[in-house]
Amino acid sequence: MGQTITQKILAAHCGKEAVEPGELVNARLDMVLGNDITAPIAIAEFAKIGAETVFDKDRVALVPDHSTPNKDIKSAQLVKILRDFARLHNITNFFEIGKMGIEHTLLPDEGLVLPGDAIIGADSHTCTYGALGAFSTGVGSTDLACAMALGETWFKVPEAIKFIYYGKMPKWVSGKDLILYTIGKIGVDGALYSTMEFTGETISELDMAGRFTMCNMAIEAGGKNGIIEPDEKTLAYVNPRAKREFKLYKSDPDAAYKDVIEIDVSKLEPIVSFPHLPENARPISEAAHIKLDQSVIGSCTNGRIEDLRVAAGILKGRKVHPDVRLIVIPATQEIYLQSIKEGLTEIFVEAGGAVSTPTCGPCLGGHMGVLAEGERAVATTNRNFVGRMGHTKSEVYLASPAIAAASAVLGRLGSPEELS
Amino acid sequence: MLKGKVHKYGSNVDTDVIIPARYLNTTDPAELASHCMEDIDADFVKTVEPGDIIVAEDNFGCGSSREHAPIAIKASGISCVVANTFARIFYRNSLNTGLPILECPEAVAGIGRGDTVEVDLGTGKITNVTTGASFQAKPFPPFMRELIEVGGLVNYAKAKVGE
Ligand code: SF4
Repeated sequence: MGQTITQKILAAHCGKEAVEPGELVNARLDMVLGNDITAPIAIAEFAKIGAETVFDKDRVALVPDHSTPNKDIKSAQLVKILRDFARLHNITNFFEIGKMGIEHTLLPDEGLVLPGDAIIGADSHTCTYGALGAFSTGVGSTDLACAMALGETWFKVPEAIKFIYYGKMPKWVSGKDLILYTIGKIGVDGALYSTMEFTGETISELDMAGRFTMCNMAIEAGGKNGIIEPDEKTLAYVNPRAKREFKLYKSDPDAAYKDVIEIDVSKLEPIVSFPHLPENARPISEAAHIKLDQSVIGSCTNGRIEDLRVAAGILKGRKVHPDVRLIVIPATQEIYLQSIKEGLTEIFVEAGGAVSTPTCGPCLGGHMGVLAEGERAVATTNRNFVGRMGHTKSEVYLASPAIAAASAVLGRLGSPEELS
Repeated sequence: MLKGKVHKYGSNVDTDVIIPARYLNTTDPAELASHCMEDIDADFVKTVEPGDIIVAEDNFGCGSSREHAPIAIKASGISCVVANTFARIFYRNSLNTGLPILECPEAVAGIGRGDTVEVDLGTGKITNVTTGASFQAKPFPPFMRELIEVGGLVNYAKAKVGE
């Protein structure tokens, strides 16, 4: 029996020829990650282990991104725990304010996660790096503590579901729409325990930004990891960034899948996921009645330069609707700078938007755009749970950057098609 | 060898009924154990004895990522949980906190409330002592057994670092 790409990566990291779904393996890790929310707990647990230092100072990444620049005293204290730990153990990849970004955009852009890697992060969206052809998944703080000490962790080898996307993507349909549609189709536990392997001609056509967006949201369908086989596009992205060796894996033609789901994208419309679950996916044409108070463009799902370009293309020469606050958050400092150089920032500000330095901020209702009772936002983020962006009686509608930008102008949910 | 009487539940026993959020202001295992399962089985805490086994259907431990849930079950005296399936993060957290859990739908179907059951973690064999029937779950590989034997991931890492 053949092996999936996920099986092959796990086998290679536990010194085996092959592994079977359901098997428990102890795997070597190429990178372990923590942020300002989860790493402080892990650092406290790390102290109990009695390790002199971390397993490899170049393979631990500590990224303060959730509440940075520190929004209050409590978050300042948390970031200080990371900073002190990083200094004590000479950790190379601690990203100080000014060099930071949202972890899941920052790590691939810095070349710290590579094809064929096995990666864990104490953050559920660690599954993003599957877009590079890596195995990566979210874990708890205890897992992070032990992985920082040992450089290895245990996994149960997942079964895989293969998604085959075919057909040409209509205008304004993006990777975000594909994944929202997919979650709508299979539900928030549709891929429980499992690998979501994204394949097909549409995926080959999709740029890296779209692939990151899709793998980022595998967790929203309960998936353990999302993954895409590496190809020329992956190499074009990775080659200039990688500072170490990496390996490309592909699934065997006779690999076993517990399910194969085919999706014709040629008839899709842009998708909006209604409150309060990502599975409440509806085509944009059924959403035009929803009036908005805020539009957020950013997060680890859609805060890349490609996303900002799409949004700026729509906002250029237009004004944000008087009833709407537009908040744009480039995901990393590099993207922030690029956005200035390309004139995108100017477009956002001239349209009447607020542009923030990189942070998770409103994505988890932290800061930089928290919603009041009864308010509604369209957001390019990944979760629309009750209270996710603020008050428990506020609402979040998940969509692509194109929809978020057009909706900011319209004052309600809508497509760029509707702008004259 | 683990041995005890069975407390049996259905599907989707979530972390909120295993240990309600109102008790999450403590991390003391004994205190957590004193409220374990109280929202779905008020008698659990009164009747559970050291070594007892929980048997449940699908998706046991779904919901939040709180590590308090397996800690409460373990501290209540439960020696093992057998279910059709476990929610992914609960599965990780259980083994990381040293609570043995096994997936074995045949055993779940063949074991009733109050039966006495024996579990051999080494071989994965589950025996219903009351009826004489036996079932085979996938055994844990040696390092996972070690993880459980030492009482969880932090102790496991501690031992490994000390080597
Ligand atoms: S942007 Fe949102 S989803 Fe992504 S890491 Fe930050 S809080 Fe989590």
